[in-house]
Amino acid sequence: MSRVIGLKCRECGAEYEANIQNTCYECFGPLEVHYDWDEVQNTVSKEKIAKGPSSIWRYADLLPIDGTNYVDLGAGYNKLHHAKNLGKILGLKELYILDESVNPTNSFKDRVTSVAVSKALEFGATAIGCASTGNLASAVGAHAAKAGLPAYIFIPGSIELGKITQMLAYNPHVIAVDGTYDDANRLASEVADMHPDWAFVNITIRPYYTEGSKTLAFETAEQFGWETPDHIVAPLASGALLCAISRGFNELEQIGFVDDSKKIKVSGAQPLGCSPISTAVINDTEVVPVKNFKTIAHSLAIGNPADGYYAKQVIQNSGGNAASVTDEEILDAILLLARTEGLFTEPAGGTTVAGLRRLVENGDIDPDERTVVYVTGNGLKAQETILKALKQPEIIKPTYSEFTKKFGHN
Amino acid sequence: MVSIRFSSALNNLTKTRATTLELGDTTIKGVFDELIKQFGEEFEKRLFENGEIRRFVNVYLNGEDVRHLSGLESPVTDADEISILPAVSGG
Repeated sequence: MSRVIGLKCRECGAEYEANIQNTCYECFGPLEVHYDWDEVQNTVSKEKIAKGPSSIWRYADLLPIDGTNYVDLGAGYNKLHHAKNLGKILGLKELYILDESVNPTNSFKDRVTSVAVSKALEFGATAIGCASTGNLASAVGAHAAKAGLPAYIFIPGSIELGKITQMLAYNPHVIAVDGTYDDANRLASEVADMHPDWAFVNITIRPYYTEGSKTLAFETAEQFGWETPDHIVAPLASGALLCAISRGFNELEQIGFVDDSKKIKVSGAQPLGCSPISTAVINDTEVVPVKNFKTIAHSLAIGNPADGYYAKQVIQNSGGNAASVTDEEILDAILLLARTEGLFTEPAGGTTVAGLRRLVENGDIDPDERTVVYVTGNGLKAQETILKALKQPEIIKPTYSEFTKKFGHN
Repeated sequence: MVSIRFSSALNNLTKTRATTLELGDTTIKGVFDELIKQFGEEFEKRLFENGEIRRFVNVYLNGEDVRHLSGLESPVTDADEISILPAVSGG
């Protein structure tokens, strides 16, 4: 039996068969996966998970895939670092960082893509597609290559060279658009709509795709011995990641794996230069799309966030808050994380750490709270941006005296 | 002649993926008034709530979200292209 009953509209509750579809035909609302929880309960167990693969597929019983034909490059089951050094500087007694930079294409997007491309194979899709700010492009390129399917990737022309180089190596069809991510996404949406047998991971099969992010919650709880944190901090772009992590904890409680998922405070961080969700949370207003934005955190530069409305609800209902941080704070946070915990992240991760710092300073996070921060991407992809904040090494002659002249030892 | 492309989520109402209208100079609201005449109340209900474009509906005028223009009052001229799409973006 399948654990997936079908798709359900988040707005009006209309139900549909599981298919390549993202929109409700009754009200245009977004669809989400509708599970048979009895079936899930019959198959899932902590013991089975413990014996599972070292990837997101250890949680297969909680994901919307039938069978075992996974496109698995090894995404997930990453280390939850006890960030004692950073915690001490920020005044937090128990700070943890889930490091997503070590995924197969070096961002959390491998989780969602692994689920989406596996589902695309199940549906018999003839091609994979996406709109991307860079990280998803690489994840889709890699997973489509592994699945043996062509990929169509729509990107804004301005993304970092580090991300383009990685993506091009997988040889997808790249459509670089003269415009922002929102422009690339609109074009991709129109193309996706005209090609019903292509699976656009974050557009037409988005309901399944976002499920992959729940594994961040599963991993957190498992590594805590099936306990929940008190507070989590996630980056905000479309808002889908933060919503999925929160949903993941709630589902663990639904199946009896954890208690108190409703007590977890959920907070988010967004770059000030593109902050439609964090602004709405801080000012308690509607999420208003922004058109002109400028930030070094390209992965978070989505002016019209599809899940912004829901992300704001999740944050406010949980008692969390949001922070909008400047480019300078983002760069400082990248270096702070590197110098305290040895983790090198891109500006999206810098945004989250800078947001954490701001939330602590504002009293939104209590020093005693067990806090988990999701650092979603690797600094190697944004070297040009980060290099600008770093002092270049001085070149010396290869002699011991030159060394002692510089470092003062004899 | 204004050209309009419909999302496949409207297929069961419009029975077509695209249409054209001869309206002269008008507004987005003028275009929708005409489309509602053609496709009926259900079309209006699907896309509008309390007279405003639903949160999960994006209407693009020559590739620009009308929310960034003047919304329903955005001027539309004869050679313009309009797309109606679900609001799905980001990951």
